[in-house]
Amino acid sequence: MSRYDNTPSLPTLHADLAVVGGGPAGLAAALAARRAGAGRVLILERDAAAGGILNQCIHNGFGLHYFREELTGPEYAGRFLRMAEADEGIEIKTDTMVLEIAALPTEAGTRVMVQAVNPADGCFQVEAGAAVLAMGCRERTRGAIAIPGTRPAGVYTAGCAQRYINIEGVMPGRRAVILGSGDIGLIMARRLTLEGAEVLACVELMPYSGGLQRNITQCLEDFGIPLYLSHTIVDIRGRERVEQVVIAAVDEHRRPVPGTERVLDCDTVLLSVGLIPENELSRGAGVAIDPRTNGPLVDESMQTSLPGVFACGNVVHVHDLVDFVTMESGRAGRAAARFLAGGPAGGQTEEAAVPLEAGGNVAYTVPQRVHPGRLDKTCEVFFRVNRVMEDAEIVVSAGDTALLKKARPHMAPGEMERLLLPASLFAGAAGGLRITARPKEAAAGKEGAR
Amino acid sequence: MSMSQKPLVCIVCPRGCRMTLTLPDGGAPAPEEIRVAGNGCPRGADYARQEMTAPRRVLTSTVRLTGAALTRLPVKTSRAVPKERLHDLIRLLDGLEAAAPVRIGDVLVKDALGTGAAIVATRDVEAENGTDA
Amino acid sequence: MESLCRPPLPLPPLKDIVYDVAIIGAGITGCAAAFELSRTTARVALLDRDSDVAAGATRANSGIVHAGYDPLPGTRMARCNVEGNALLHQYAGELNLPFRPTGSLVLALSQEELSTLRTLYARGLQNGVPGLRLLSAEEARAREPALTPEVRGALYAPTAGVIGPWETALAFAETAVVNGADFLPCCEVTGIRRAEGPGGEKALFVLTTGRGTVCARRVVNAAGARADQVNDLLAPPRLHIRPNRGQYYLLDRTQGGTVGMVIFQCPTAAGKGVLVAPTAHGNLIVGPDAQDIADPDDTATTAAGLAFVAAQARRSVPALSLRDSIRNFAGVRAVCGEEDFILEESAACPGLITLGGIKSPGLTSAPAIARECVELLKRSGLALPPRAGFRLCPRPVRFRDLSPEGRAAAVRRNPLYGRVVCRCETITEGEIADAVRSPIPARSVDGVKRRAGTGMGRCQGGFCSPRVAAVLAREWGVPLTAVEQDRPGSFLLTGRTREPAEEEGGR
Repeated sequence: MSRYDNTPSLPTLHADLAVVGGGPAGLAAALAARRAGAGRVLILERDAAAGGILNQCIHNGFGLHYFREELTGPEYAGRFLRMAEADEGIEIKTDTMVLEIAALPTEAGTRVMVQAVNPADGCFQVEAGAAVLAMGCRERTRGAIAIPGTRPAGVYTAGCAQRYINIEGVMPGRRAVILGSGDIGLIMARRLTLEGAEVLACVELMPYSGGLQRNITQCLEDFGIPLYLSHTIVDIRGRERVEQVVIAAVDEHRRPVPGTERVLDCDTVLLSVGLIPENELSRGAGVAIDPRTNGPLVDESMQTSLPGVFACGNVVHVHDLVDFVTMESGRAGRAAARFLAGGPAGGQTEEAAVPLEAGGNVAYTVPQRVHPGRLDKTCEVFFRVNRVMEDAEIVVSAGDTALLKKARPHMAPGEMERLLLPASLFAGAAGGLRITARPKEAAAGKEGAR
Repeated sequence: MSMSQKPLVCIVCPRGCRMTLTLPDGGAPAPEEIRVAGNGCPRGADYARQEMTAPRRVLTSTVRLTGAALTRLPVKTSRAVPKERLHDLIRLLDGLEAAAPVRIGDVLVKDALGTGAAIVATRDVEAENGTDA
Repeated sequence: MESLCRPPLPLPPLKDIVYDVAIIGAGITGCAAAFELSRTTARVALLDRDSDVAAGATRANSGIVHAGYDPLPGTRMARCNVEGNALLHQYAGELNLPFRPTGSLVLALSQEELSTLRTLYARGLQNGVPGLRLLSAEEARAREPALTPEVRGALYAPTAGVIGPWETALAFAETAVVNGADFLPCCEVTGIRRAEGPGGEKALFVLTTGRGTVCARRVVNAAGARADQVNDLLAPPRLHIRPNRGQYYLLDRTQGGTVGMVIFQCPTAAGKGVLVAPTAHGNLIVGPDAQDIADPDDTATTAAGLAFVAAQARRSVPALSLRDSIRNFAGVRAVCGEEDFILEESAACPGLITLGGIKSPGLTSAPAIARECVELLKRSGLALPPRAGFRLCPRPVRFRDLSPEGRAAAVRRNPLYGRVVCRCETITEGEIADAVRSPIPARSVDGVKRRAGTGMGRCQGGFCSPRVAAVLAREWGVPLTAVEQDRPGSFLLTGRTREPAEEEGGR
């Protein structure tokens, strides 16, 4: 349960829906909630401007799915910001940090209390009928992966370097080695190169890249930056500033192979070694967390384990594409509006949910549970596989019965999968559904792969 | 003329279609000489031919900004430009300065270095004296 | 390298005065000595080669307040440990230090180790450690369910605890400063000579530093792992430091409750063992190993050292979740040939006070060592009457620790308290600005970290360090590119992004 309840001494604002986070997820949820009939929506954003991490993602490639055109991050955010600004029912409080969230069940539904602070309003609280959690994610750091060596200046997460360059206009270094081939790392390889720095290598622990192919082509290959797969950094050297790193090949257990070490002279190490959903506020509120995603357990409407508390975007699971964040967040916003109106998700009759399980080769699914009775035609499912597979197929099954198969020419952990499951699939599956994926050889000889 | 095959992943959209190109050996092929398979849509074939003959990219970067709390304005080329011109274009951006207020799509340079692409702002920035980005 | 315009952060010029005491080294020992001396009328200079206090072993250790059963009875170490423990309990309240009186357990993981526990117990009684108890395996596991089932018994010491080492050093040093002492950062002492004073005063010490000379009637050598080098500038060799490095894991606050007490292993011939403990800041600390090294500045971590720490720690707490590590670090202990602390006035060089060989339990002992230092100075002939109007300079209360009403009042007082900069630890811009305006101002991103707690959390400054750097630059009136991560020269940035004036070859 939450530690926090209500602090009557604080000034209290009232809203129908409180949205925590004004990035792409929060903005899309707020707009969708308004379109679905929600009254007053208050977005609380900790940065000085809404738009989230998109503001520093100045590269293009956003919006191909959602807008069917190629936008930069600030342009993508700008479309939602302009819509939000034009909507009198949406208020955005920027420079505002949420300190505590509590969801208290009431006879009428839920009372959400959010305690927040900013320089203009001071400490205040928001009382709302529902909340959307859209706090996004944070980057894994050096400490999380225990890179040995000294601790000089010049070791940055890729997103931190991105902020320095794109927002502050300053350079974090001149000769960089990038650890991890996630998309931000790849993007930063190009960005540093365009700004006149030298990127010596992109070093990836896994035998495959975690980033999108388009980024490998446009960010590394275009500039002749080598990508070392199955390699890692085994030592960082330098006292004041990074002076050298030592990279080495790793074996199939990801252990460095002695004798393969190579010394690179550089002044900067950028880390692009994964993102973690930011759920300290969710945990504080008592939201149940899925250890596989590190995000809230959600149902088909993105409702968390607390009625009236919804979550969407990278706070739930880390997305590759903001387009999917927008779609997912729209679902959360619409459901929040329904909840506020006492609709299906807000009704007091507890309807059983069935589990949606991650089966073989599948790392996780979102949602993790589904209320079949609340589905409207289809259920949008996101998931990731945990290995690279060529000519693969996705199998959705109930018990031992395969109900649906989809062919995929290529699947990789770095590429999130999206499935629209017909509502009818859940009709007879009281025990829930399982999603598995398997490569060609395992599926060979079976018919109906397509 | 002997032909050879080359794998290419489409980067037009995030789907990343794995295409197989068949093209004549020995140097610069003409676009119509390239056969494309495995593309999910016609844009993939166009991209493949373009990529093999005259690759183009959209350039994104920032320029100096005055009159706002934000000191860098993100910009892009309004369309893809020849890859080999990226270096010249980024040097062009070094000398540019914009003044707030700026709206997305505001044109800073009409025809950048004769590429036919404009340099346009990609973020709305109000003129103000705020404190942070 | 490019030529960058980086105006250094301003440093106050050295004063042309004769100090009563110059303390070399602003680690916990030097800071505590300055603190004790500031209760007297002595004019004190506290010198450090780094840009901040607590820049050496004081910022890279276990942060344990030891009970005092380890040192051999009758030693200075035993006396200072037990006395220092009591003083830290007192100062923790008076100076608002991050401190938790957790208690500690020493585990016996074999029958033989049970006899070690009895030895330690007997030693503790002789040393005057209050409240010691030998626990059965069941009692130990009842208190600490995460302990290994292999535990055979434990020694419980209720007076042990955990403390924020650098906050303690800061509170000591800032108290000294508000009572008239001068902290002189970036003042590496490269030479010491005896000279006559301006008024014909006899037997002054003249310290040569990178920033000029400092004159003092007495010198206190509190230079930690470099105490031997400082000693040899002036006096015949007295102590030989063998730097010994220890590596650690620091775990996320979600793991801070893995154990409630400091969990030690029995000291063996192989070393003192690896501990698992909550920290005063709510994290979990795991370490250290012990490795002799040549360079006292070598605080690198190694894969082998970290693997050793992990394996040893799991002997005590098998379910340790090292995947929740947020930082690895290493510190260098000033191990010296003698087992005991060296606290003495040099026979060969009167007026030179040595506080040397201060290894574990140096943090716990520091307040008592400092009192001993004052006694040694008095015995050397320095008159040290009490200072009228002495006042303590406690650590500021953190915004996040305030009640909702207290927070609201803070923002009304200063709107900067309403802007949270470090989101992992909920540290506000007002607190960062305070850190730069404090009696010993923060000069770097890590200087702010030590004062305000920014970047201590799970993102390790990934989110907030650009913002902290911006506040530092603003408060000091320097460009962002002049901001350092930590020690002098550790610049965060290499310059601005491309500018029209830049020549291609100039980069």
